[in-house]
Amino acid sequence: MNSKTENKKGYNAVIGLEIHAQLSTKSKMFCSCSTSFGKKQNTNICPVCSGQPGALPSINSRAVEYAVRAALAFNCKINNKNIFARKNYFYPDLPKGYQISQYEEPLAINGWVEIGFKDGSKKKIGITRLHMEEDAGKNTHNVNESLVDLNRSGIPLIEIVSEPDMRTPEEAVAYFKKLKTVLEYLEVCDCNMEEGNLRCDINVSIRKNEHEKFGTKVEIKNLNSFRFVEKALYYEIERQTKMLENNEKIIQETRLFDSSSGITRSMRKKEEAHDYRYFPEPDLLPLILNESFIQKEKDSMPELPDKKCERFMEKYLLSFYDADVLTSDKDISKYYEDLVSYIKEPKVCSNWMQAEVMRTLNEQRIGIKDFKLDHKKLGDLIRSVISGDINQNTAKEVFNEMITGGASAGEIIDKKGLKQISDLTAIEKIIDEVISESMAQVQQYRDGKTAVMGFLVGLVMKKSKGKANPAVVNELLKKKLT
Amino acid sequence: MDLLKLSIPTLAKMLREKKISSQELVSFYLERIKKHKKLNAYITVLEDAVNKAKDIDMKGIKNDDPVLRGIPYSLKDNMLADGVKTTCASRILENYIAGYDSTIAKRLKDSGAVLLGKTNMDEFAMGSSNENSHFGPVCNPWNEKHVAGGSSGGSAVSVSAGLSQFSYGTDTGGSVRLPASFNGVASLKPTYGRMSRYGIIAFASSLDQIGPIAKNIEDLAIAYDVVSGHDPKDSTTSIKNKDGMYEYLIKEVKDRENNFSRKTVGIPRDMLIGGCSKDVLNSLEQSKKVLTDMGFDFVDIDLPNSKYALAVYYIIVTGEASSNLSRYDGVRYGYRTKDYEELKDLYSLSRGDGFGDEVRRRIILGTFVLSAGYYDAYFSKAAKVRSLIKKDFEKVFEKCDSILMPVSPVTAFKIGERTKDPLEMYLSDIFTVSANLAAVPSLGFPAGRDSRGLPIGMQLIGKHFDEKTLFTTAWMIQKQKPEWFNNIATTVKEKKVIE
Repeated sequence: MNSKTENKKGYNAVIGLEIHAQLSTKSKMFCSCSTSFGKKQNTNICPVCSGQPGALPSINSRAVEYAVRAALAFNCKINNKNIFARKNYFYPDLPKGYQISQYEEPLAINGWVEIGFKDGSKKKIGITRLHMEEDAGKNTHNVNESLVDLNRSGIPLIEIVSEPDMRTPEEAVAYFKKLKTVLEYLEVCDCNMEEGNLRCDINVSIRKNEHEKFGTKVEIKNLNSFRFVEKALYYEIERQTKMLENNEKIIQETRLFDSSSGITRSMRKKEEAHDYRYFPEPDLLPLILNESFIQKEKDSMPELPDKKCERFMEKYLLSFYDADVLTSDKDISKYYEDLVSYIKEPKVCSNWMQAEVMRTLNEQRIGIKDFKLDHKKLGDLIRSVISGDINQNTAKEVFNEMITGGASAGEIIDKKGLKQISDLTAIEKIIDEVISESMAQVQQYRDGKTAVMGFLVGLVMKKSKGKANPAVVNELLKKKLT
Repeated sequence: MDLLKLSIPTLAKMLREKKISSQELVSFYLERIKKHKKLNAYITVLEDAVNKAKDIDMKGIKNDDPVLRGIPYSLKDNMLADGVKTTCASRILENYIAGYDSTIAKRLKDSGAVLLGKTNMDEFAMGSSNENSHFGPVCNPWNEKHVAGGSSGGSAVSVSAGLSQFSYGTDTGGSVRLPASFNGVASLKPTYGRMSRYGIIAFASSLDQIGPIAKNIEDLAIAYDVVSGHDPKDSTTSIKNKDGMYEYLIKEVKDRENNFSRKTVGIPRDMLIGGCSKDVLNSLEQSKKVLTDMGFDFVDIDLPNSKYALAVYYIIVTGEASSNLSRYDGVRYGYRTKDYEELKDLYSLSRGDGFGDEVRRRIILGTFVLSAGYYDAYFSKAAKVRSLIKKDFEKVFEKCDSILMPVSPVTAFKIGERTKDPLEMYLSDIFTVSANLAAVPSLGFPAGRDSRGLPIGMQLIGKHFDEKTLFTTAWMIQKQKPEWFNNIATTVKEKKVIE
């Protein structure tokens, strides 16, 4: 367990997530329209996805492959017989008046993922079901009119429904992040949360202790960032706690999170909830997935984050935490492995990745793919530290210069004359000068006050303008003083 | 020579021999359509069809061209043809212009057949008499005070009144066979999955099936051949090879007329007790006699769950229709009310004004049978009984190769006679819905007249994907009873196009 699960008032939260992930197929779920994002409104549409009279859906088999891959990665049991169902409701962004989804016989059930915490502990989160469905269009509301864009209508989605296994906002975020990582590894979802590729609905209730039955749950709809999930949960747990403390009854409802004010607002009560009138989609035959199809998908599965994390721990002798951080992003893990194969030294590489590289990515809000230094450029810099040409502090300066300018590590070191002095005679000369100028401290050292060593090293470094190799200085100075 | 008596193969021959042009043929029908306007068979007439025919004449019709090249036909107004108004006989789609071709329209276009227009129907194919049209009822050309039958009334009348060489309707619970029988023409409700539904305005998707209507069996076979077969755009279509039915009839059956292997026909006697008029029962016996004389064997059969068929049917069709008709919401196309402030009003007023009474009734019923808490008691239970009905047929077909029975217990009733009581109207489908529920094919053929001169129709129901037996049997009946076929109700004198 990563932290205490009850809040100050002693309440426990019970959290479940429903995650919608757009599959990154080139065409839509039930027609051949393009799925590309950012096109002019209502240009990626056809009779099928705009709900014209008489149009019929036909299944995009690539979308089914992607969904099966995801279900396998989440350790689900795949149903051989898949039934699509109609979910009926009226909304302008829903051109047919129903969404083709799955209800009674979803693609997959009974899966799980494991989330890990800094202390190395892990927790399994159950996945109730994973099913395929189509996305709706998008409404835009202006002052006097509302407009509908159907470019998104019919884009394939998978909905992944968790068990109510999470107890804190941190666990919920860790689970959401883990799903994103796995989907990215599988290359079945672009996971661009700003474009809405990956969205999340939360179910949350609270109770006084872990043995009580679940409290009344509240649903929070349509969150598209980890930060919002965390904020919404903190707010909602606090709100429900206050209500129970004031002896108020929590009502089952759907709420919306307002990201600007950080609070949730009621959208509709249980009585106003839709009756979706699910029934089997008569326009599609049952989709039969035979074992050989499933096996083929199993065989083409890439190495997944959990496996990669284990391998990193074993092969590169990293801690769970380090391995977890490095494997939580597919591209970062690849960069890391390229770096290690270029210069060896896995631990040093891990430190560089987690400190300088990831700090820079965060500051610049970019992914490793857009990082200015490829693994060779960074590798050359790390190599000059290992070889003793520059020390760690200088290296950080050089790194900062590399990511702003365009020069290589070698060029910057040469140009600025940063190369360390490792030449023994040159260093010996400086040491001799320092010894003659600091007789008092030298005497103290010889009297047993070894702590003064640091002061003497400092003087040598200062005289060398920081370029003397500290290791060499230490060694030589010791020799001279004894 | 009476053009109205000619079959498609004869016309095709004449077109190739240049004894007639496609333009003459098309003009002939367009002229007749004008003269018979009060039958109200068409919603949209395509005057431009003449130019299409001219084009075809200019390019010429060669021997190996498809047999339908240059021959005029009509489509029920729930089938989309690119650029043509498709109303589904509803106010809500009154001005809807189709933006794409249905698979049937595409296949007919490719064959070179010429579309004359879109025929009247019950709104959204919901009805048995064709009195539920936004554009008014269709009249029966044999007696204009009587109904044409529904829902494909316009299509059936376009053939029976000589307003088209052949036509297509859709049959969800009898909507092709019933009007065809009321009009004295032949029709087919193929096995579910034979015909692509792509571009057909859906009523009840799990039952809807396109059916050809023609005045004789060879025309019916040709009309069936050209549009049947797998379509990647409709995943419920079968990948089974389609039969070349016309070829089969003229090559295989014709040559072996005398030693054609006789088959067994079943009659569900219990179902027919009570309700059937005397004339209809007499006609059934006549058909039986024709077949017996040719050496067919007859057995009595029992379809024990058929008594639930009508109830099951009206639960399934209303449930599916309530969902299928959700897209007509006034948002993207179709009728939209002007008086709305909120979204809810836009929906309820557009749909309330746009749909007629029967359509609204079925949407309400369907919404109810699908709603949480009632789903299990209605829709889900109906689906279970439906599979029992299917099993009944499977069992019966162990004993016989086809089933012979009337299409309807009575002949065409008077306009207005059943409109006050929806339940009585629903009873019109009592003999037809079972074939749809069981997804099996049923061929309707004309079998004489009743005492008032109104046509009587019989149907042959066959095994799953065994249209062949039905066509063969009907073909043989036509040989024995030619007077039952090729009858056109015409009161208006025609000037002769050719001597």
